[in-house]
Amino acid sequence: MEKRVYFKGWFLPALLIVPQLAITAIFFFYPAGTAIWWSLFNPDPFGLSTKFVGFANFDFLFSDPYYKESFYTTAIFSVLVTFFSMGLALFLAVLADRLIKGAGIYQTLLIWPYAVAPAIAGILWLFLFDTRTGLISWYLGLLGYDWNHLLNHNEAMGLVVAVSTWSRVSYNFLFFLAGLQAIPSTIIEAAAIDGARFWKRFWTIVFPLLSPMTFFLVVMNVVYAFFDTFGIIHTITKGGPGQSTTILVYKVYSDGFVGLDLGSSAAQSVILLIIVGILTILQFKFVEKKVHY
Amino acid sequence: MSGMVEKRGISYWLTHVGLTSGVLVLFFPLWLAFVASTVTNQEVIHPPMPLWPGDQFLENYSRALIEGDSGQTSASVARMLFNTTVVATGIAVGKIVISFTSAFAIVFFRFPARNIFFWLIFLTLMLPVEVRILPTYEVVASFGLLNTYSGLIFPLIASATATFLFRQFFMTVPDEIVEAARIDGAKPMRFFIDILIPISRTNIAALFIIMFIYGWNQFLWPLLMTTDPSMNTVIMGVEQMIGGQDDVTPWPVVMAASIMAMLPPIIVVISMQKLFIRGLTDREK
Repeated sequence: MEKRVYFKGWFLPALLIVPQLAITAIFFFYPAGTAIWWSLFNPDPFGLSTKFVGFANFDFLFSDPYYKESFYTTAIFSVLVTFFSMGLALFLAVLADRLIKGAGIYQTLLIWPYAVAPAIAGILWLFLFDTRTGLISWYLGLLGYDWNHLLNHNEAMGLVVAVSTWSRVSYNFLFFLAGLQAIPSTIIEAAAIDGARFWKRFWTIVFPLLSPMTFFLVVMNVVYAFFDTFGIIHTITKGGPGQSTTILVYKVYSDGFVGLDLGSSAAQSVILLIIVGILTILQFKFVEKKVHY
Repeated sequence: MSGMVEKRGISYWLTHVGLTSGVLVLFFPLWLAFVASTVTNQEVIHPPMPLWPGDQFLENYSRALIEGDSGQTSASVARMLFNTTVVATGIAVGKIVISFTSAFAIVFFRFPARNIFFWLIFLTLMLPVEVRILPTYEVVASFGLLNTYSGLIFPLIASATATFLFRQFFMTVPDEIVEAARIDGAKPMRFFIDILIPISRTNIAALFIIMFIYGWNQFLWPLLMTTDPSMNTVIMGVEQMIGGQDDVTPWPVVMAASIMAMLPPIIVVISMQKLFIRGLTDREK
């Protein structure tokens, strides 16, 4: 899509575009380039020496059981977060959409967690599940269940998934509700006249109409689970116990800043870069074909 | 498909029950955080904690605001709230200014290499700072920007999401308007100020809300960047108040600080709900 009418000259547009180009070059392309550069070297953390190692960092990563485990952890984590946060949001959006009055109030009461930083969400829930003083872990203890996400791998994973879901439901809810409200009521009424029951109508007519949005949200939620959950994992489990909640982005951080293994951390960044690149391309393929209701 | 609820039968009530349960689950941790911020530490660390607010509200909030976690690592919450306001505003304004001007140049001008610039900017879409965090840290350190507001702001505005949104919006501006402006002999900057900014007002406002929340809620970057407690932002600062495994966490103060840390963005989202939702859901158009 191109505009037919435009202004002439090159100096002014160049001037207008320079701030963004400069900032992007310095704080985006240069660091991203450095990450690629580092990934082919083995820099020591004090910058005293670097040795070209080719793809050795990548070879090492792909044979490293911890890295494979982190991949696996990330896959499980993002699938669970995407599934639960979207499922719950869709359910709530369908209910809110059924109301003639009051949908707006529920919307207000359901969207605020979007504004809560993941790290703060982590703190709120950590407080409830604290192994010594948490209210929920205390009640679980009364029921004879010894909650300890600091030792139990599944409990740790369950907790970070639950908190990530809690903090993501609002976002998905807003999109689903907007999507539902944009479906022309004549389509639904026609089905209702045909005698289709609500849930049958939902699965045969409404859900297929929502599928472009569902696809969009799947990509956005996977990206969210990959990156934005850092604060949740950092506050609740710090990637533990063992490596059980060390998702890829957490590993970039812990290997780079804590372990000071710059070469490996950079190679991991490059792999993440590629994954996000693929997701971005998928996203734009979708935007091109997107059905506008 | 609004308003398709059939009768005030059982399904009507089930709808409300379902929604109310959802609301309660979302509010549950917030309520207990609030309760914990109004009682003494003794009441919190001897479970079960109370479920109803106590009388320590002023005590805990003023302690958090003025002293932080008193004598530990972080600054006072008042200081951190100030820092976070500066950073979040800087990120929102900075990103809007550079994106708005560059989108203007890309859409309304023809100049050499215009498409290359566009693709360069476009490449940055969706790539979060976490991926390039170590090299970015090096860059910022080499400029001497650690522990500065600039260091907290600039790396976070180096992406093109907003440019892309403005570009999409500018594409919908009818050619006739540009044509009329040109025939009137309007210089590009007149058109920019007198026409483009006014018609973009709602888009700018919606983007401001989203970028402000994004900036306010940053965690990892400030955590790495600010070794000087007086430069801490509130989200990372609150996290640092939590003691390690063996330390005792002053929960009432931490919870008071958490509430104050999340209140500003929540107020922004709720009070500007319509704009915010529009800004958010328009992103995919």
